[in-house]
Amino acid sequence: MKIPRFSRKTLCIPYAVFLIFFVIVPMLVIVFYAFTDKSMHISFDNFIRFFSDPTKLSTIVYSLVIALITTVVCLLIAYPVAYILARSTLKKKYVILMLFVLPMWINFVLRVNAIRELFNLLSTLKGLEWLASANYFKTVFGMVYDFLPFMILPLYTTMLKIDRSLYEASADLGASGVTTFLRVTVPLSMPGIMSGITMVFLPSMTNYVVSDMLGNAKVTIIGKFIYEYFGSDWHMGSMVALVLLIVVFVSTWFSGGFKSEENVRGTNL
Amino acid sequence: MAEHIIELQDVTKYYDDNLVIDHVSFYVNRGEFITFLGPSGCGKTTTLRMIAGFDLPTSGKILLHGEDISRLPPNKRPVNTVFQRYALFPHLNVYENIAFGLKCKRVLNTYQNEKGATYQKKERLSKKEIGEKVQKALALVDLEGFEKRSISTLSGGQQQRVAIARAIVNEPEILLLDEPLGALDLKMRKEMQLELKEMHRRLGITFIYVTHDQEEALTMSDTIVVMSDGMVQQIGTPTKIYNEPANTFVADFIGESNIMNGTVVGNRKVKFCGKTFDCLDDFELNEPVDVVVRPEDIQMCAPEDGTLVGEVISVVFKGIHYEITAQVGKYELVINSTESREVGKSIGMKIAPDGIHLMKPKYTTNVFDGVITKHNAVRFAEGEFQCDVTQLYPGSHLDDEEYLITAEGEKIDLTDVEVKVEVGLHDIEISDDADAGGTTGRIISIIYKGDHYRLIVRTEKEEEDFVFATDDLWNENDLVSVIIPPEKIKLTLKHTEEKKR
Repeated sequence: MKIPRFSRKTLCIPYAVFLIFFVIVPMLVIVFYAFTDKSMHISFDNFIRFFSDPTKLSTIVYSLVIALITTVVCLLIAYPVAYILARSTLKKKYVILMLFVLPMWINFVLRVNAIRELFNLLSTLKGLEWLASANYFKTVFGMVYDFLPFMILPLYTTMLKIDRSLYEASADLGASGVTTFLRVTVPLSMPGIMSGITMVFLPSMTNYVVSDMLGNAKVTIIGKFIYEYFGSDWHMGSMVALVLLIVVFVSTWFSGGFKSEENVRGTNL
Repeated sequence: MAEHIIELQDVTKYYDDNLVIDHVSFYVNRGEFITFLGPSGCGKTTTLRMIAGFDLPTSGKILLHGEDISRLPPNKRPVNTVFQRYALFPHLNVYENIAFGLKCKRVLNTYQNEKGATYQKKERLSKKEIGEKVQKALALVDLEGFEKRSISTLSGGQQQRVAIARAIVNEPEILLLDEPLGALDLKMRKEMQLELKEMHRRLGITFIYVTHDQEEALTMSDTIVVMSDGMVQQIGTPTKIYNEPANTFVADFIGESNIMNGTVVGNRKVKFCGKTFDCLDDFELNEPVDVVVRPEDIQMCAPEDGTLVGEVISVVFKGIHYEITAQVGKYELVINSTESREVGKSIGMKIAPDGIHLMKPKYTTNVFDGVITKHNAVRFAEGEFQCDVTQLYPGSHLDDEEYLITAEGEKIDLTDVEVKVEVGLHDIEISDDADAGGTTGRIISIIYKGDHYRLIVRTEKEEEDFVFATDDLWNENDLVSVIIPPEKIKLTLKHTEEKKR
């Protein structure tokens, strides 16, 4: 009788099953739904409808712009913080780092609600009335607040790994502080920048909870769209999801996210 | 006279509260190959880093061509460094690494305008100029054709060469090398030593080299600066350092040595191991000295011809020579010879006058600053020791309440009085039992002196040193407690004389 051998490969089976049933099959289902009509016949109707509808296209553009602004603002705030923390010799720097990451441990809905209430309160003040209708501003603010830790952490860990002697070598070779920053620090923290962008850009295109709660339901992003369609029209919903998937794929491709292993990991934590 | 390209004047450096460089002064001649040599933690790398500009001296000056550069940032100094672990930029290839410094460089070019007046403009080097310089540097380190290679694909030796090329391509006035061969295997290291030496000859620039490897220092340098404990122990040519070590530390650190206590017994005559020898050094009569004899300076002969007679207790073959240990009375002497001897055989030994080096003992007594705490105890070196305070006032005694009554009958409260504490080299004992003595410390140095060991125990916080002789062998870095018999603690009042330490 042949005794089945237990090898390390056997350990992969649970994940393989998960992968098949929760990643590959749903993906195929989405593709199937996207290119069929209500009577389950193959059709490009959804495709044509999507790309001929200006509201849908503008939603995609709006989503991209919101995500882009969020990412840039996050990067601008997070980079100096990570840089200073990583290079400081402070013994208690992890406390400061924790303060930045701490919001992650508080329920997301609660945080967004708190921001909404804060804005409501502020907009009653004289001179700040404009806040009540600044839906896009509030959405981006909420996104930045929400995703900032996801930008700081990968940046910080990557910068921590940069050998200090490289900064010394750069100065030794005659580079000024600015030159060292541009030619040593930035290139070497690129993996962190890339994973930070991936961690912020993609979720902020789809996180409609923020846009709903802070944008007075006036800001529609692509994620909201998908959610709504899956209430009535699965076929169109699948098409939007597929378009989003392609947008994400292409943008990751251009940012070089598939090149090295480190970036594919999404985060360097 | 050679020009002093760089000079350190009374440089002291503290890291937080730790003294790492202790009033160091020396100069470097233009074009010289100078080596800072010393055990790890002796301050050699810190000295180099201060010359490079990565660390700033706490006090003192660093002069380049006579100008103070101690506060100048590294990028403004005409020096380049080869780092211990190379510090090559991982995101750049070989060519880009070497070109890094050249791209930062601005050169002053002189032009003539239409009216014939000359004017100067600071300009970057052109791509072509950079290319040519990089090619030249690559050729110098034998790495032609490696331009496009990424750093991670290079072997340790190749990375080493890139690091050297990256530094010398900038044509620095001084090249600093921080243990650059430390990570290479022995054979590679020997090759690189010769190549560096050859490079130094060809480039004609000043090399400042840091190493803990005495052989490397002796092979490569024009001048060696021996450092220990943040202080310069000796500066000299390799021959001078080897043949005429300034103190027992240098003798012990550079090469093998027999170090013994001796006494000067006449004009150029010294007595050690129970015999009198002729020597070349002149010291005062009856002065205690440290005697250093190199193992190769002891000649073996027939027992009846030798000044010393001893028994061979071990013979070890070392390739070119035998290392023979002989027992002479209670002394053990190490002899290097091309001839072997049988273990247990009796041999005679002779030492020529130029083989005997006398030096003033660095330590003759231990001095501390202390404070009287109780009536019969003194606090110093992180501990409290029983002592006899009546010695402070001749003819005094303690009354029933243990107050000091002077010879004139005056009553004195000595609490918190500052005193100078002196303890002789033979009056200290140590113990494994941490509570046995007045204070504790770690053994930081052990030097074998033929028939006994000279130990230095350093307290952990205040870093006070106890120097003493013992017959027992201890291990370096052991934590021990220091025992001093009360009658051996010599006290003098502080305010009556100048502070000595």
